[in-house]
Amino acid sequence: MDMNEIKEIFFQECEEQLAELESGLLKLNDGDRDPETVNAVFRAVHSIKGGAGAFGLDDLVSFAHVFETTLDCVRSNKLEPTQDVLKVMLKSADVLADLTNAARDGGSVDEARSRTLIRELEALAHGETHAAEPAAPKPVAAAPKPAEPAPVVAKPEVNDEGFQPIPFSFGDFDEEPAAKYVPTCQIVFRPNRELYAKGNEAVLLLRDLSRLGEMSVYCDMDRLPPLDKMNPEEAYFSWKMSVTTDKGEDGVRSVFEFAEWDCELDVRTIEEEVTGEAADDDEPPMQAVPFDLSLLEDGPAVSGDEEPVVSESDATAAIAAADTASKVAQVASRAAENAKAAAAATAAQASQASAAGQTIRVDLDRVDRLINLVGELVINQAMLSQSVVENDNNGVSSINMGLEELQQLTREIQDSVMAIRAQPVKPVFQRMARTVREIADITGKSVRLITEGENTEVDKTVIDKLAEPLTHMIRNAVDHGLEMPEKREALGKNPEGTVRLTAKHRSGRIVIELADDGAGINREKVRQKAIDNDLIAADANLSDEEIDNLIFHAGFSTADKVSDLSGRGVGMDVVKRSIQALGGRISISSKPGQGSVFTMSLPLTLAVLDGMVVTVAGQTLVVPLTAIVETLQPEASAIHSFGASQRLISIRNSFCPLVDVGRILNFRATQANPIEGVALLVESEGGGQRALMVDAIQGQRQVVIKSLEANYTHVPGIAAATILGDGRVALILDVDAVVAASRGQPLRQDISLAATG
Amino acid sequence: MTYAVKNLIDGHELIAFRIGDQEFCVNIMSVREIRGWTPATRMPHAPPHVLGVINLRGAVLPIIDMSQRLGMKRTEPTVRHVIIVAQVGPATVGLLVDAVSDILTITDENIQPTPDIANETEKAYARGILAIEGRMICLIDLGVLFPHIESEAA
Repeated sequence: MDMNEIKEIFFQECEEQLAELESGLLKLNDGDRDPETVNAVFRAVHSIKGGAGAFGLDDLVSFAHVFETTLDCVRSNKLEPTQDVLKVMLKSADVLADLTNAARDGGSVDEARSRTLIRELEALAHGETHAAEPAAPKPVAAAPKPAEPAPVVAKPEVNDEGFQPIPFSFGDFDEEPAAKYVPTCQIVFRPNRELYAKGNEAVLLLRDLSRLGEMSVYCDMDRLPPLDKMNPEEAYFSWKMSVTTDKGEDGVRSVFEFAEWDCELDVRTIEEEVTGEAADDDEPPMQAVPFDLSLLEDGPAVSGDEEPVVSESDATAAIAAADTASKVAQVASRAAENAKAAAAATAAQASQASAAGQTIRVDLDRVDRLINLVGELVINQAMLSQSVVENDNNGVSSINMGLEELQQLTREIQDSVMAIRAQPVKPVFQRMARTVREIADITGKSVRLITEGENTEVDKTVIDKLAEPLTHMIRNAVDHGLEMPEKREALGKNPEGTVRLTAKHRSGRIVIELADDGAGINREKVRQKAIDNDLIAADANLSDEEIDNLIFHAGFSTADKVSDLSGRGVGMDVVKRSIQALGGRISISSKPGQGSVFTMSLPLTLAVLDGMVVTVAGQTLVVPLTAIVETLQPEASAIHSFGASQRLISIRNSFCPLVDVGRILNFRATQANPIEGVALLVESEGGGQRALMVDAIQGQRQVVIKSLEANYTHVPGIAAATILGDGRVALILDVDAVVAASRGQPLRQDISLAATG
Repeated sequence: MTYAVKNLIDGHELIAFRIGDQEFCVNIMSVREIRGWTPATRMPHAPPHVLGVINLRGAVLPIIDMSQRLGMKRTEPTVRHVIIVAQVGPATVGLLVDAVSDILTITDENIQPTPDIANETEKAYARGILAIEGRMICLIDLGVLFPHIESEAA
């Protein structure tokens, strides 16, 4: 395995981590305060940082580091994850994703944006509000001054106070002052067996640690059992070390960065222990602590400094500030330690849990091959059992029973194989959350994205191709659909607009709905625009639905001005085309002032289908079982003529239009006699029921969907083809298209036959 | 040996087939297999020369009545008819013909230009004609007969 492959795996993992990160942040945004959620978010950023470090992706590392630091504040309850904080974090997650992509595919990222975010994150890490930001650098700058006399007075407390802000400050702080007095860190390092199992080596860690400064090590061998009871893979030793280093606790921790989850690590600066006892008990009430401690400590700190800076009252103030800040940091670091211990415990649990649900990565082509082969197997099995049935009339032979078992087995294999390819739409929906955030930012609108049915599973290929049209539509919904907050307020709506993204299975297809509660389609404007663009005649009489559908025409945009986001005239027609390319359909319904709903219906490609095999005009067709509500045998008295050619069937006192499938598919020239056939009551996507007339029902069976488009072309009214037990091709009826055709939209209109020449 | 090399460099191998009393041929490289007639499933709204689709080992294969496609009379398929499975661009199609008659090895000099005739249809698909042993064989360009979907969209 060469480096590139490893790198590729890293980036794949990054994608997962980023998804984890975003979903975690979104959970926090919804008010989830579960420490495990925070930990998951932290771990995600931490892993990205770690991996990026291994590949020398410095941009990624430095950004992830700042992000991680801020998250650590949240994790240690120092920073309350308010909406504002989370907004910054979500943006940071976006930038992190950008940086990852840039590292993988080359290209550049918006540096100004990431720099702004780094500043914002740092500001958050240093104090809860942006207001604290200008104050933050000062203590660092001021710290050297009180510190200078310290070595003379030999007051370690003061040293400590002066130094402490460093771990929580910017990376570019001046190192000089720190060099002048060197605190000692006490480290207790107790590796678990996992540490060794993952290929880490305690000796190497100790060696790295010794590079930080002067170190003394004591190895604790108390736990070492007698030789006969020893498990060679267990970890028995632990070490107590004290390091005199200018790198601070963070420096020490960074040595253990990759081992952190697999060991018990306790790092504390020795001097802390003097003051530590006071701080230990009251760590949760954050405000109280700095106040409390600075009162205690102010005396010695200020008195020691008065000589050099006596004239500058500003400086004294700064010292006090520095003092306070360092106390906060100290308390926070202690809290962080506690949290870390807890985190280590939960992490251990989590790793056990993850061991239970292991995954492997498989090339998609291999899965496809398997799926095709299983499809063939199913067809072959069906053909075999059919020929056995034909040749064996008593039907109780052992061959028959064996075949039945074979049928069950193949069906089970098929289900399992299909499940491999099916993926929840969640990742795509998550990407949409980002799109919404970005557009809301640019347009200055306040938008809430609600997603439902994220776990609806659909074939991987569909998911991959779904993102682009969906992004287009989301942009449209936010940019054109939703009004500005002020306008919404004036209209008596919630100033925060809502965009709802829903996925569900229906009629053997996946239906994705995008609803906004914006202004809806301005039909007058659309109509006028269509007339201006010569799409319709000026006196055309169009229904509301027809007007709404005009927006799917090429080169159509109703926004007055072209914006950055959408409305360059490559909007909905592109969406419609890409949905159609997937074998899907899109429709819109809009209510002025209440918003619009876009409904996309997509096939679950490659999936198998439970279908009802029927005969129409001598042809065998398959009707998706999910579309059928009920089947019935029409009686003459139930059939009513309506107008010139329409017929209705009365079902339990309601009238339902009768659709002659054979006529619509042009299999026969005249309408069949409904009494001789069977009516299938279907519910279509457009709502409403129709009775489809077929000649006879042959039975139900599971069929493998075969593409017609691969070698032929799309046929209106036909969703796909399949191969039946006798080896012949049967067509799968597109119920929605047939129903639409019965409403008067001719099936032929978009016919294009590759093979016609 | 010289013959073989020449054959590889500028020789063509063609498959000749019979429709009615005429002979046609296509490049052998576009032919995947030749198989017997099996009943096809009719397609709705299909043009008359599309007889339907059959199952070719799991793939759905459209069957074209070459006689009708070339503007001649409709074929009533029987078990004696054959289907030439040919690759046209990204798609595979089945061509229904009366019989496969020959495999020819020719060079470019053997191909005579299409005679100047009035009918545009023949001029469009015929790449040239061959005179082999007193027979006249028309070389067909399948790409013209079955253009891609993109160029076909109305």
